[in-house]
Amino acid sequence: MSLLSIEGLDLAIHGVPILKRVSLAVAPGRILGVIGESGSGKSMTAFSVMRLLPRGADLSGRILFAGQDLAQAGEAQMGRVRGAGIGMVFQEPMTALNPLQTIGAQVAETLRLHDGLSARTAAARARAVLDRVGLPEPEFPLGRYPHELSGGQRQRVVIAMAIARRPRLLIADEPTTALDVTTQAQILALIRRLVDEDGMGAIFITHDLGVVANVADSVAIMRRGAVVEAGPTAQVFAEMRHPYTRALFAAATHQPARRPHAAPEPLLQVQDVVRSYPGRGGGLLARRGAAKRAVDGVSFTLHRGESLGLVGESGCGKSTLTRAILGLEPVQGGRIALAGQAVDAHRPVPRALRAKVQVVFQDPYGSFNPRHRVSRLVTEPFHLLDQPPAGIARAHAVAEALEAVGLRAGDADKYIHEFSGGQRQRIAIARALIIRPELIVLDEAVSALDVQVRAQILDLLADLTDTYDLSYLFISHDLHVVRRITDRVLVMRAGRIVEQGATERVFQAPEHPYTRALLAAAPDLTKAG
Amino acid sequence: MLRYAFRRLISFALALVVASLVVFFSLEVVPGDPAAYMMGLNARPEAVEALRAELGLDRAPAQRYVAWIGGMLQGDFGTSYTYRAPVAGMIADRLWVSLPLALYALALSTLIAFPVGIWAAARRGSAADMAVIGTTQLGIAVPNFWFAMILVAVFAINLGWFSAGGFPGWENGFWGGLKALTLPAIALALPQASILARVMRSALIDTLGEDFVRTARAKGLSPGQALRRHALRNALIPVLTIIGLQFSFLLAGAIIIENVFYLPGLGRLVFQAIQQRDLIVVEGVVMLLVFAVITVTFLVDLAYAAVDPRLRRG
Repeated sequence: MSLLSIEGLDLAIHGVPILKRVSLAVAPGRILGVIGESGSGKSMTAFSVMRLLPRGADLSGRILFAGQDLAQAGEAQMGRVRGAGIGMVFQEPMTALNPLQTIGAQVAETLRLHDGLSARTAAARARAVLDRVGLPEPEFPLGRYPHELSGGQRQRVVIAMAIARRPRLLIADEPTTALDVTTQAQILALIRRLVDEDGMGAIFITHDLGVVANVADSVAIMRRGAVVEAGPTAQVFAEMRHPYTRALFAAATHQPARRPHAAPEPLLQVQDVVRSYPGRGGGLLARRGAAKRAVDGVSFTLHRGESLGLVGESGCGKSTLTRAILGLEPVQGGRIALAGQAVDAHRPVPRALRAKVQVVFQDPYGSFNPRHRVSRLVTEPFHLLDQPPAGIARAHAVAEALEAVGLRAGDADKYIHEFSGGQRQRIAIARALIIRPELIVLDEAVSALDVQVRAQILDLLADLTDTYDLSYLFISHDLHVVRRITDRVLVMRAGRIVEQGATERVFQAPEHPYTRALLAAAPDLTKAG
Repeated sequence: MLRYAFRRLISFALALVVASLVVFFSLEVVPGDPAAYMMGLNARPEAVEALRAELGLDRAPAQRYVAWIGGMLQGDFGTSYTYRAPVAGMIADRLWVSLPLALYALALSTLIAFPVGIWAAARRGSAADMAVIGTTQLGIAVPNFWFAMILVAVFAINLGWFSAGGFPGWENGFWGGLKALTLPAIALALPQASILARVMRSALIDTLGEDFVRTARAKGLSPGQALRRHALRNALIPVLTIIGLQFSFLLAGAIIIENVFYLPGLGRLVFQAIQQRDLIVVEGVVMLLVFAVITVTFLVDLAYAAVDPRLRRG
């Protein structure tokens, strides 16, 4: 018997069709994984069930839950269902909580709203719920504010709010996407435990096949607003009847064809680099807190033609290290040398040296000025050259860079909003490539992309090393991607490199316990069913 | 919280010192000798010189600055060059009109702006919202003295509910004083309320789009409950900033309204003092205003911290 049954759901927003004949079912005590790329309609399905749709939404079909059709329910009726019958957890724990209210007040609000409890009883119940999601009393009193918690802890608070009333259905929309792998593993285990203990049904929405493989009992694969394939997880993963399912899997495990190009001579040398920040506070009366070492004695060498991975969780210091390598962050100790020349942010870095290294960031949209044409965006690094090409030579360079990344020369006259996320990332790579740098730093460059697009960009990166004399420093929290695109890998934790070595060796026989923990936590497609 | 307040207090004091230096030395370089001005065009040079000595204008600027600051700390703002009366007393008389007027106008502005801004934000895009946008646009565009004249024409001349101008003084009864300040306060408040309502509306619309408001709705709160319990307080920071700025403006910027209603306020005092090169009065009033502005800024900073726990850590 289904707890929730969605039948033939159609949704249009301002006349644009978003969902087409979506049918899904969730059983008590079971987790339904809903997989899809961005724009597939998976989140809109969840918001349809909660009836928290944007203005102009036109919903038809049936959403049967606990004997009611939610598609027809009025606002007052939905107010009783939300939070009580159905709890919801969101993607971004950093912004899902009210920053001005204590966590205790926010959890208690759910209880008071529906049960009319006294403040004292609600607080006691909130305490019990927070204990249950792994935020025990001594460290996490009710009076804590969200900003005093980490991302994973905040997500636990959001989960506590969602399950406080023991709802029969839990909807989790990308609940672990913004979290580190080890935190993700803990949150997945928590959701699984709560589902098992309470006999809740759950809808788990994600773009990550590996996460679904680990947590879901059944799956539904969505594409362009429709469910293309659904069934028990093990069966769907084993049979893969629909071509789109097969394409998703192929992309998720795609191995770009790479030839090693590493030469013996070093390109980037990092020796005993230390970057520390003064401690918090200080001033007239209080003493400063202890200095924080974001990068703590890091040494490594990147050879010419090599693709070097740098993995670590948020806050491990990899971004600080990257900025130091780019000459944007003054270091307190050690030295950094690129092609034999010292990089030191205390002094202006010579343009010729800057021209040797380019960077591609995670967000391909945020790093472009939306008012400039692609030709101008791509030629930005030319200011690093003493004699930048002009006129026809410049147009030629733009065309060559765009074609090298798989775009057309004619795209130079367009604006950035005319391109998809994957194409934008190609433009970012073209911009890095145009002055023929020796090193490209890829800072989470494929993390925001859908799996199929990501596979294409990884192929592109592999191909470029055949054509150009390029080295990569590939920074990512995604271990599987790093494994597929790098020759060697550095594992960073709390400002230190805890392990480094040939990528395959590190992945197959990790030596440091932290590396082993990271690998164990990373969702794995082969664990399906 | 205490440390935050203490740090704010330190910068408060520093700002006062810097402001006093700027006020004193910039007025020192303003052309025009008060003594020569007071003696008239045909004065003999010896007489002007004697008056300069009497006023203390012959001393070095640094000496005069120290004397001026030292006096102010003891409540002695010096003696007006023109009226030969203590500046402190002159300012105090005027302050009893200007300060209540500013507070009155600010209270009206806030009382109008909050409900209107919240009401419009909750109905974003509707006809009601459009009406609020249009009306507040008008309120900002129309000068306050024009409002003042309309108010006088309607409520003083036609209806006779209020007097057209003047101030009876507080000693003749609180309600009489308040009544005399009502029309000026409304004229001052309308443009300020328009600005504040727009700030309230846009800050609240931004906040209503935040993830935590969606979380609140997913808990089962109605749109109105989510707005009141979660969005409103988060939208207050920009609103508090504007309220702080408006108070400072209302205290000193009421000169035109004071003229329309014949109110003996600070604005008219400083205006006359500038015309008569009564520099010591100008300096006194300006310092008082600087003090008021910095105090308000300090209070707004404390209000930020009261609203937002993230700011309480020094």
